Amino acid sequence: MRSLIRRPVADTGPRDPAPSKLGYRYQRLMLTPGFRAAVRIGVPLILIASIAGSWYSKPENRAALAATIAETKQSFQQRPQFMVQSMNIAGGDLASMAEVAVHLPSEFPVSSFDLDLEKIRADIEALDPIKSASVRVGQAGVLEVRLIPRVPVALWRDGATLQLIDADGVISGTIAARAERLDLPLIAGDGAEEALSEALALFATSGPLLERVRGLVRMGERRWDMVLDRDQRILLPAEGPVAALDRVIALNDAQDMLSRDVAVVDMRNAERPTLRMNEEAAAALRRVSTTINNGAGN
Amino acid sequence: MGDLYDNQRAMRQMRKAAMQRGVVAILDVGTSKIACLVLRFDGPEQFRSVDGVGSLAGQSQFRVIGAATTRSRGVRFGEIDAMQETERAIRTAVQAAQKMANVRVDHVIACLSGARPRSYGLDGSLNVAGGIVTEQDISQVMASCDVPDYGADREVLHAQPVNFALDHRSGLADPRGQIGNKLTTDMHMLTVDATALQNLFYCIKRCDLELAGLASSAYVSGMSSLVEDEQELGAACIDLGGGSTGISVFMKKHMIYADSVRMGGDHVTSDISMGLQIPAPTAERIKTFYGGVVATGMDDREMIEIGGDTGDWEHDRRTVSRAELIGIMRPRVEEILEEVRARLDAAGFEHLPSQQIVLTGGGSQIPGLDGLASKILGQQVRLGRPLRVQGLPQAAIGPAFSSAVGLTLFAANPQDEWWDFEIPADRYPARSLKRAVKWFKDNW
Repeated sequence: MRSLIRRPVADTGPRDPAPSKLGYRYQRLMLTPGFRAAVRIGVPLILIASIAGSWYSKPENRAALAATIAETKQSFQQRPQFMVQSMNIAGGDLASMAEVAVHLPSEFPVSSFDLDLEKIRADIEALDPIKSASVRVGQAGVLEVRLIPRVPVALWRDGATLQLIDADGVISGTIAARAERLDLPLIAGDGAEEALSEALALFATSGPLLERVRGLVRMGERRWDMVLDRDQRILLPAEGPVAALDRVIALNDAQDMLSRDVAVVDMRNAERPTLRMNEEAAAALRRVSTTINNGAGN
Repeated sequence: MGDLYDNQRAMRQMRKAAMQRGVVAILDVGTSKIACLVLRFDGPEQFRSVDGVGSLAGQSQFRVIGAATTRSRGVRFGEIDAMQETERAIRTAVQAAQKMANVRVDHVIACLSGARPRSYGLDGSLNVAGGIVTEQDISQVMASCDVPDYGADREVLHAQPVNFALDHRSGLADPRGQIGNKLTTDMHMLTVDATALQNLFYCIKRCDLELAGLASSAYVSGMSSLVEDEQELGAACIDLGGGSTGISVFMKKHMIYADSVRMGGDHVTSDISMGLQIPAPTAERIKTFYGGVVATGMDDREMIEIGGDTGDWEHDRRTVSRAELIGIMRPRVEEILEEVRARLDAAGFEHLPSQQIVLTGGGSQIPGLDGLASKILGQQVRLGRPLRVQGLPQAAIGPAFSSAVGLTLFAANPQDEWWDFEIPADRYPARSLKRAVKWFKDNW
């Protein structure tokens, strides 16, 4: 008789659990290092990339993302710690300060992220009267501009205009009249600014003549003429002008030469310094020498 | 002869590839259990340039990183009988070992215990042409060996040069570079049934594994359980397995004879099962718990419950004394040992200078076996265990694992076989030319 209750089939002998062929292959596949790395890294990577890509492919999502980024950036940059409240310009005269101010932001407060300090500095340094400048955002949101102005060492007459020129030969401004800067020596002529150091050396040498010097004129872009008052000129050579000037000064000291009626002292040829006298002086000399000669002849 | 060894040469190449990968599996397909060990070759001597066996008998090269055994299915007398079953069992063992090692193995070195091994002693001689023995001379002298007709259905499993003699000097291990006129060699060749090998090949291939080596289990268990002086002076290793008992005789560190008796521990179990009318698993359990071969007075009083689940109280409460159990086991064990004695006598074991006999394998764990064996096999009998290899789990150090452990040594340092030497020059060009012509034909 069959029992009414179903009994579990009694296991005969030991069970031999063997992996299925598929399970065995799967285990071997998962033990393959390359495949394992691909599953562990590649699959999540692909999943994330596909999700991000599908989200990003919609234009409204892209716009929202861009807006969010811009807003976050804005809010960060507009924090009070980064705001520049005022500015402070130091180290220049009033005229140059006015020029500099054009290149600085006009409205405050402004975020320091919006200030391109490098560009501001380059703009300021491009101005004529400014030699160099430092621009930085200092404490308490102050935009500090330190100016080092160009120091003119000479005046350069170019036609009717008088220009200030500094030691580097850079024109740093214009003045209306010579009287404004009597302290600066005057130079003129084409190419004068290129030989500025030589001119300054000449001025420094001119010592006792200094109050008589009107200026230096560059002749033919190679040598200097020193112009004194009373229309006197000292023609200096291209080589060794300072030594030549020294000789003139020495002559002047010995002979009081330049207070005489001399128009031109020509030092161009060092072997043979030449003097040219004024017309009246020449005439007077001729007359005197004629008289002497006549007297001698008598 | 050359083509015969292509398989073996291919397996050697595979073994080299496996060594480079650093991971190789050991598979002992036995009748009662299938053992799988995963070896990692990463020891300090992995890239040794010098020849010879490294330190710790070459074991420092590798360690065991995975081990698994499973009950064998579909194997009888050490031969594969039901291939699907065996394939599943191999898969189970390999999967478990891989899981323990956490590494994928692709190459496997296997051994088999049955397949009717037959030993042949070959000798060849050659007149050395140049006066100095070269590698070519060695390969030629081996090729000149007179190979007996061992039958079309058999394969050569091992063919090892055992001895070289140059003129009147014998016992040379390596005659290369020596001067002489006549070079002779002795070789030991072991053939097994080709079908058994093919079945094993097929099973391993079905498991997506590549066979990187094959060995006779008698040979490898001798390698693992004989100590060095036994191997040198002469000893026999008796591997009492489940379905077959392997015999290997070693001398001068070479196997000179191998055979197998197609009886083993499973026959003892089936005797108990038949004699006591109990199922085979119960018989196996009783054998391992209470078995023995020498009965004492105490054993008459020790009663064993043999159980049963028929529902019949009388039947299910049967008991048997241990003496009775021993009475069933002893004749079968004696029969096995008698058969081994016969095989050893046939091989001329008594002529060896030392007649040490080492019993190993799962069957050697029967209590009192050494006493019984010394009565049958001779006075010098000891029980052998495989030597220790690094990383082997505690569960796998018993004598039942001597062939698996021997196989690890075989994987690390295989003995030179015929196919490891150069191909003789007179054979080589024709074959390679033929191969080149075939390649051109195939590709253009």
